[in-house]
Amino acid sequence: MIADVLAGLTRIPGVRGVLIVSRDDGLVVADALMEGVDGAAIAALAASLAGRMRSVTMALGQPEPVMMHVAGAGGSLLAAPGRHGLLIVAVAAPDVNAGELRLGLLDAAGRAA
Amino acid sequence: MIADDIQALTTQLARDPSSLVFLPLAEALRRRGQLESALTVAEQGAARYPEMAGAYDLLARIRSDRGEGDLAFDGWTTVLRLDPDHLGAHKGLAFLSYRAGDHARSLRYLERAVELAPGDVALRGALDRVREATGARLVPGFTEPAPDPSRALEPEPGQALLVDREGRVLAGGVNDAQGLDAGDVVAAALAGVTREAERAVRLLGLGPWRRIALEGGPAHLELRAPTADSVLLVIRPREIPAGRLALLAERAAASARRWLEELV
Repeated sequence: MIADVLAGLTRIPGVRGVLIVSRDDGLVVADALMEGVDGAAIAALAASLAGRMRSVTMALGQPEPVMMHVAGAGGSLLAAPGRHGLLIVAVAAPDVNAGELRLGLLDAAGRAA
Repeated sequence: MIADDIQALTTQLARDPSSLVFLPLAEALRRRGQLESALTVAEQGAARYPEMAGAYDLLARIRSDRGEGDLAFDGWTTVLRLDPDHLGAHKGLAFLSYRAGDHARSLRYLERAVELAPGDVALRGALDRVREATGARLVPGFTEPAPDPSRALEPEPGQALLVDREGRVLAGGVNDAQGLDAGDVVAAALAGVTREAERAVRLLGLGPWRRIALEGGPAHLELRAPTADSVLLVIRPREIPAGRLALLAERAAASARRWLEELV
């Protein structure tokens, strides 16, 4: 099941890697990464960043975000919280179809986690 | 640069796509007026080296040659985020500002450029000319008022907040779910977010962050960095499509940038 979810997301052109991460400690639960992509670093950074984002929505009295998208000049980091304290994370190239990846992550967050 | 040299550089880049030879190749193509090819080479290089200020400087020069002033402006602003003392970016932004008729802004960039390269005679000449142009346009003693940031940032109250990197409010305001002012609390939280985002994109080799989007709850959020020292939060109800929110945030960031520069 998890393998199917990861495989489905990595089929999107431009996706460099997808991970399922434990939000509390930033550890990798499962991943599908291109060679040279540091999964442990992505997991730790994404979990930490997602925590920071929660602080903003909490300050606004809003629930946790269902999607976080950090776009850099050289690519993007996207994360969607799932159930059971998990986070679905993707790292993608700048030219990725962000809309398709977003939908895929939301679907994965509902299915795998 | 002759065609044979371009051919040689092209061959070299094809042999080793990670090579920095994209810089002289794109520059050579730009100088020959092959702007489309130059842009392709430079964009691929910048994607490969997202932390390299020189790559964005090259991209901005190509954009400027193509008459794409806004994109060139973005490119040189990115350069300054990576390297605040980049001479080429200050010169480029001065040129674009002058071309747009914004002599006061052009003057500020040129003054910084001269500080960085005090021995550049041509630059001093340009500074004198712009000073003259600026002086000729203003009645002595008249200072153009800075634009009202609340008008630029807040078409509706409580939906945009501009803060500095230390988490202090510069302009605008946001309300929480109960409609109460949450500006100071959100500003403090934003400082932590942007520091964390910068750390993440740097360590992951994604280059400087350009935008952060948060979806969920009754509202969606967009973050931008109008300048190296500020962060802009724009909030809209979730009914507003994500693409439109991104566009609104982009425009608000441009307004905020102008306003902040007027304050300097």
